[in-house]
Amino acid sequence: MKTRVSLNVNGESRDLLVPVHKTLLEVLREDLGLIGTKHGCELGECGTCTVLVDGEPTLSCLALPAALEGPAITTVEGMARGGELHPLQQAFAELGAAQCGYCTPGILLTAQALLADEPQPPRQRIREALAGNLCRCTGYTKILDAVELAALRMASAGGRV
Amino acid sequence: MNKDLFTVVGQPLPKIDAWAKVTGETRYADDLVLPRMAYGKLVRSAHAHATLRAIDTTRARALPGVYAVITGHDLPRVKFGILPVSQDEEALCTEKVRMVGDAIAAVAAVDEETAEAAGRLIEVEYEPLPALMSIQESLAHPEVRIHEYGDGPNVHKNVALQFGDVDQAFGASHLVREDVFYFEGNTHLPMEQHAAVAHFGPDGKLTLWSSTQTPHYVHRLLTKILDLPGAHIRVIAAPVGGGFGGKLDPFAHEIAACKLSQLTGRPVKIACTREEVFYIHRGRHPVLMWLKTGFTRDGDITGSHIRTWLDGGAYGSYGVASTFYTGVINPVTYKIPVYKFEGARVFTNKPPCGPKRGHGTPQPRFALECQLDKAAEQLGLDPADLRTRILQEPFTKTANHLTVTTIGLGECIDKVVAASGWRDKRARFGAAAATPKPLWQPRKRKGVGLAGSAYMTGAGTAIYWNSMPHSGVIVRADRSGGVSILCGATDIGQGSDSILAYLPAEVLGIEPKDVHVHPADTSLTPVDLGSYSSRVTLMCGVAAIQAATRLRTAIGRAVAARLEVAPDRVVFRERKVGVPDDWDRAVPFARAVELGEAMHGVLAFPGSYAPPRRAGKYKGGGVGPSPCYSYSACVVELTVDEDTGWIELDEIWIAHDIGRALNPLLVEGQVEGSVYMGIGEALMEAQVFRKGLHKHPSLLEYKSPTTLETPPIHTFLVETDDPEGPFGAKEAGQGPLLPVIPAIANAVYHAVGVRMDQVPITPDMVLRGLELKRQGKPARIGPDTLPLFTFKEPLAVESAFGQPADAVAVRPFADPRA
Repeated sequence: MKTRVSLNVNGESRDLLVPVHKTLLEVLREDLGLIGTKHGCELGECGTCTVLVDGEPTLSCLALPAALEGPAITTVEGMARGGELHPLQQAFAELGAAQCGYCTPGILLTAQALLADEPQPPRQRIREALAGNLCRCTGYTKILDAVELAALRMASAGGRV
Repeated sequence: MNKDLFTVVGQPLPKIDAWAKVTGETRYADDLVLPRMAYGKLVRSAHAHATLRAIDTTRARALPGVYAVITGHDLPRVKFGILPVSQDEEALCTEKVRMVGDAIAAVAAVDEETAEAAGRLIEVEYEPLPALMSIQESLAHPEVRIHEYGDGPNVHKNVALQFGDVDQAFGASHLVREDVFYFEGNTHLPMEQHAAVAHFGPDGKLTLWSSTQTPHYVHRLLTKILDLPGAHIRVIAAPVGGGFGGKLDPFAHEIAACKLSQLTGRPVKIACTREEVFYIHRGRHPVLMWLKTGFTRDGDITGSHIRTWLDGGAYGSYGVASTFYTGVINPVTYKIPVYKFEGARVFTNKPPCGPKRGHGTPQPRFALECQLDKAAEQLGLDPADLRTRILQEPFTKTANHLTVTTIGLGECIDKVVAASGWRDKRARFGAAAATPKPLWQPRKRKGVGLAGSAYMTGAGTAIYWNSMPHSGVIVRADRSGGVSILCGATDIGQGSDSILAYLPAEVLGIEPKDVHVHPADTSLTPVDLGSYSSRVTLMCGVAAIQAATRLRTAIGRAVAARLEVAPDRVVFRERKVGVPDDWDRAVPFARAVELGEAMHGVLAFPGSYAPPRRAGKYKGGGVGPSPCYSYSACVVELTVDEDTGWIELDEIWIAHDIGRALNPLLVEGQVEGSVYMGIGEALMEAQVFRKGLHKHPSLLEYKSPTTLETPPIHTFLVETDDPEGPFGAKEAGQGPLLPVIPAIANAVYHAVGVRMDQVPITPDMVLRGLELKRQGKPARIGPDTLPLFTFKEPLAVESAFGQPADAVAVRPFADPRA
C-alpha cells in the first residue's frame, strides 16, 4: 500500500507516493536521489544513515517518512550553502577525516548537531556525541581533530552552523 | 629528481577525492542506478554442511515481478578460486553446501522486496552432513570430507620449511621458551556492504561495477566462470567504502548479477545485507600457534621454530598464501639465524578466511612479541632494550631468503620509548608496584607494553605466475595543461587516487588539481593487480613516476628546442617549463604541452612496474618477498580494573618507518586506522560460530571500538628513504596494526601480572587470570592443547641469514633512459 507524503528535505518541499513501510533511508536514496545518505546495517546500529530531523541526529533506516511530514530533514547534500562548504565539510577534507568516506555523511551531520548545541565542545564531549557512528578507517583521530578545527573556525566566524 | 626540492611530496594535502566524500557525491557501487535496472537477491544455505538433493524454483518463477531465477545449473559447471591452486568454489552451489551462507540460487525482480519474496519461495531439499566446526573436529573426523582435494582429509595445506638446524641451536641456548598462543578469527567489517551492478548489453558485452579491491582478478576469473571472452568483459571498481581485504575475492553476488543480466537483458544490481557480509567475509584466520625460540644469556635469538594451525573455513580463498604468511614474515624484524616453520590450514564448515589487514602475519607477530616479553623478563632485560639489541641488519637476507633493505625499527622503538615515558612507567606502574588501596576504592592497575613489527610493501609475486608488470600507468597530457592518469589501482579509502595525482604533479611541476585520475577500469586502464599486500603506493607510484618522467622528457625536448637550450637544462616547476637562470622565458605548462605535441604527436606515455625478482629458490619461496619492508613499534598504556576485568586503554604511541611520507596526513591516517583496528582485534572483535551460525552477525553485537574505546593515538613517522620505493616511500596501510595487539597483551601483563596468550582479551579472561594468580597457579590465559597432527617432512634449505642483499632497485621494465 502506498501513501502520499510531503517531506521537507534540505529546504525543499517534496511530494511523494511511497509504500508505507519504506524507510526514510530508502526514500531519500531511491525516490529523491539523495545518495549521500548511506546504509551500513539498516538496523539502527552503526549511525551511517544519520540525517538531521529538525536538527536532531536521526537514524534514517529506522524512520518512516509518513511520520516525518513537517519537520526539516537535512542530509549531507544540504550542508553546503550554494558553493560554500560547511566548515565541518571543509575541515574533514583538509585534515583527512574521510578515508573511504562511507561513514562521513552520518558523522558530519551528527557533528553539526553537536556544534549547534555546543559551539565549543571539549574533545571528550565530541567523542561522546560521535560514539554512535562507527568508522572503520580512521581510528577517529582525524575526525575529532576536524570537528575541533571546524568549531574553532565557526567560533571565529561568528558561529555559523 | 632532487629530493630536497619537493613541492608536492611531503605536503599534508587533502585527498583529491576528499571534496566528493564530504559532500556525499562519491558514487559507491550501491549508488549506481541504471535505466530498466532489476534487483537481485541470493538464496543462501541454512545448513553448515549438506548435500543438495533438489532445488525447486517453480513458485519463485511464478511470482509477479520476477524476471529470472537461476541456480548453479544455469552457470558453466566450473569451479573457481582466487588462487590457481585452490579452484574449489561455485558461485551457486550445485551438489553440496559447505557453510551457512553458501549461495544456492539467485533471483532478479522488479525490486528488492519482490526478489527477496521470490527467494523465500525457492524450495531447497538438503540432506544434512556432519558439520565440522573447529580444527580439532575436522582433523578428528577424516571420514567426513569437506573437500576432496588438499594435503590430507580436511587439510587444505600442509607446509614445512627449515632453514638451518634449529634443534642444534636450541641445544646451545641459555634459555629456550616454548609457548602456545591462540588468535581468534575476526572480520573486516567495512562500513560499505558489498554491492555489484552488472549490465550485459545487447552487443553481447558485459560491464560489471563492483565494490572490489581487485578488478583485474575479477575480470580474469569472470572469463572462466561465465565462459565469456575476456575481451568482452569490462570490470570497473567503484570507489570502495572500506576494504581491509574483504573485497579481494570474486563473490557469488557479482557472478549472479552478471548471469541474471545476461538472461533478463536488463542491468541487475545485487547489494548484500550486513548479515550477508559477515558470512561472505574472508577475514582473519583463527590461528593456533606453538612457538619455540632459543636465546643467549644476553638476549640474542639463537633460532626459532613456529608451528601454526589455521582454521580456514569452507573454501581455499587466499588460504595457501595466508598459511605461508603465518610463517615467513617474523624473521624480517629480528636476527634469527636459523628458522623452521610448519603450518597447516584446515577446512571447517564456516565462512572461509582469507586476507585481512596484515594477512596472516598479526597472529605470529602476536605470538613472537609476547614471547619476547616473557624472555626479556626471564633474562632480566628491558623489553625495549632486548628488541633494540636484536634488530635485523639492513641490506641483508633473512634465514628464509628474504631481502631486507632499509630498517627503521630501531628508531621507531627509540621514538615510542622516549615519547611514552616508557622507562619511568615500567618502574612506576605494574603488578609489582606497591599500591595498596582501601577496599572501598576500585582496584585499578596501570601497565605499559611494547612491541615491534614489520610488513611487506607489496607482494613480490603475483597471484598467477607471469612475467608482466604488476602495475601499469598511462599518463596523457592535454593541450589545456591538464594531465590524465590511467591506472588500474583501486582507491579503497587509502588514497591511491591521490598518490597517482601527487607523483606526476611532482615530476611535471604542476598542481595535483591539474591531474585527472581515472582508476580501476579494465577496458581503460593498464592492469594494476589490486589493492592488497600494501603494494599500491610503491608499485603504482614507481610506474607513475616512470610514465610522468617520460612525458617530461618529451615535453622538455620540445621546450628546449623552442628556447634553443640544451634539454638537460630545462626544469618543470610552478606550472611552467624553462631554464632556471632565464625563468622569464619559461613557457606555461599548457604551452609546453602544445610544443611537445607538435614535436612528438600525441603525448601519452606508459609506466610499468614489477618487483625485483628475488624470490628464494625453493618451493614456497614466492610468498614473503617484497621490494622493501615497513617497520613499526608501539607502546600501549592501559588501566586494568581488577574487580571487573575491564581494560581501559589510556594512550598509544606508535612510530612507523614509512620510508618517505608522500603525504604525512594520509600516512598518519593509515597508521591511526591500523592502530584502531588492532585495538578491536586485541580486545573485542571475534568472528565466532555456534551450530553453524555466526553468533552475532550485526554491527551492534559484533563489538568494534567506537570513539569511546579508541584512546589518544600519538603517531611518529620515521623516514628511511628506501631505494626501492617511489621517492623512498614504503607502505603504511597494514604494518602499523601488527605491534598494537601484542603491545596490549604485554601491557596487561605489566599491569596485573597475567599473561594473555590469546586474543581478544575480554574482561572475563582477565578475571580468570587474576583468580589463577590468587590461587598461586600460573597466571596465564591461553590454549593448553595442540591438535594431533603430523606436519610433512620439512624442505631443508640452507639459512641465508646475514648474507648481503641482492641488488637493490634493479627492476624489470625500468627504463635506463628515464
